[in-house]
Amino acid sequence: MLMLITYDVNTQDAAGRRRLRRVAKACRDFGQRVQFSVFECEVDPAQWTALRARLLGEIDQSTDSLRFYHLGANASRRIEHAGAKPALDLDGTLVF
Amino acid sequence: MRQHLNTMFVTTEGAWLAKDGANIVVEVERREIGRVPMHMMGGIVCFGRVGMSPPLMGACAEAGVTVSFLTEHGKFLARVEGPCSGNVLLRRRQYRVADDPDAGLVIVRAIVTAKTANQRAVLRRALRDHGSSMAETGRAGLDDAQRRLGDVARRVIEAGSIDVARGHEGDAANAYFGAFDHLIRRDDDVFRFRGRSRRPPLDACNALLSFLYAMVGHDCRSALESVGLDPQVGFLHRDRPGRAGLALDLMEEFRPVLADRVVLTLINRQQIGPKDFTYMEGGAVLLRDDSRKAVLAAYQERKKDEITHPFLNEKVSLGLVPHIQAQLLARHLRGDLDGYPPFLWK
Repeated sequence: MLMLITYDVNTQDAAGRRRLRRVAKACRDFGQRVQFSVFECEVDPAQWTALRARLLGEIDQSTDSLRFYHLGANASRRIEHAGAKPALDLDGTLVF
Repeated sequence: MRQHLNTMFVTTEGAWLAKDGANIVVEVERREIGRVPMHMMGGIVCFGRVGMSPPLMGACAEAGVTVSFLTEHGKFLARVEGPCSGNVLLRRRQYRVADDPDAGLVIVRAIVTAKTANQRAVLRRALRDHGSSMAETGRAGLDDAQRRLGDVARRVIEAGSIDVARGHEGDAANAYFGAFDHLIRRDDDVFRFRGRSRRPPLDACNALLSFLYAMVGHDCRSALESVGLDPQVGFLHRDRPGRAGLALDLMEEFRPVLADRVVLTLINRQQIGPKDFTYMEGGAVLLRDDSRKAVLAAYQERKKDEITHPFLNEKVSLGLVPHIQAQLLARHLRGDLDGYPPFLWK
């Protein structure tokens, strides 16, 4: 299933910038960065549980926010892209 | 059921693969050109001069991502393997069956029958789809070969020994490749098929076939490894150091379906042209570096085609079939299935 994850992490202090880095890293381990604070992650339910727990452990609930959008299994039909930064189709042919 | 995970192909000379967190990162001249999360990958295939960091190799071995290194022409060089895993009892059973001519014969018969039947299916499909627009000689040639393959398939079922079955396989190959040229519907001398040649391939068609067989071989090997079978100990192919005998056995059924059909599509739909090959002195014909991409894309697309598996009666993608067949083979070796149900394509 495809998950869309977006976040806002308060970066006023060093601890906040550290949280931001760590949140981004967790998302990147499981998916692809499509915009600055937006990740698409193709995960199975077990991987999703792990990722969600890891993200919730990183943030400070009083200042940061996370939003998870469940796009389901047929996600590619629900996404339209325009402009720069085209995302890589990770299920498609990968030839580098 | 195992998911059909993607395979990553790295064909850029001098590319470097490294691990960053749980990502596989592809760099060319220190510039990042690709980044993929490891859990979405089933295999990595590197062509030519491609480097990989030891931490990534370790992580791949641990995560069950098969890594193969091939020459730029697709010849197998090396693979990265983790600690010996899988089921010892299953592997022991595999060796015993390989040493027992009677037990092995059951499997060999199934494999050769299915390969022959699938070759016949390729010819029959061509006759059905394009028979009416073919020249008289072509149609007659295909029809004759198709009949001979049917005969061979029936005779293999009664083969009394593995060597007899090997002989039948040779007959089938002669009939099939003898008629293969009629399947090419393009009036270009470059793509004439004059019999199977390899090491080196002597024409464009053979170059494509050899390249795709190497790809199917990689997939079959990973499939066998993931069910815990030893890819080197085969039944139809005799043991030889460094040869993945069982992977070659397993791929026999898929050659016509996964590789030959893709070659025909690429040529007949003009997705590949005479300029996509290098012609060496001495007659060897090789696929050009930059043309490999089109072939790999066509192969990956082919693997996504959905079929109904004849034995399981379930809808699956063609790319998953080697994994299913490896599982069925393991079940037969363990004694859960009386025979090995090979893959028959319709």
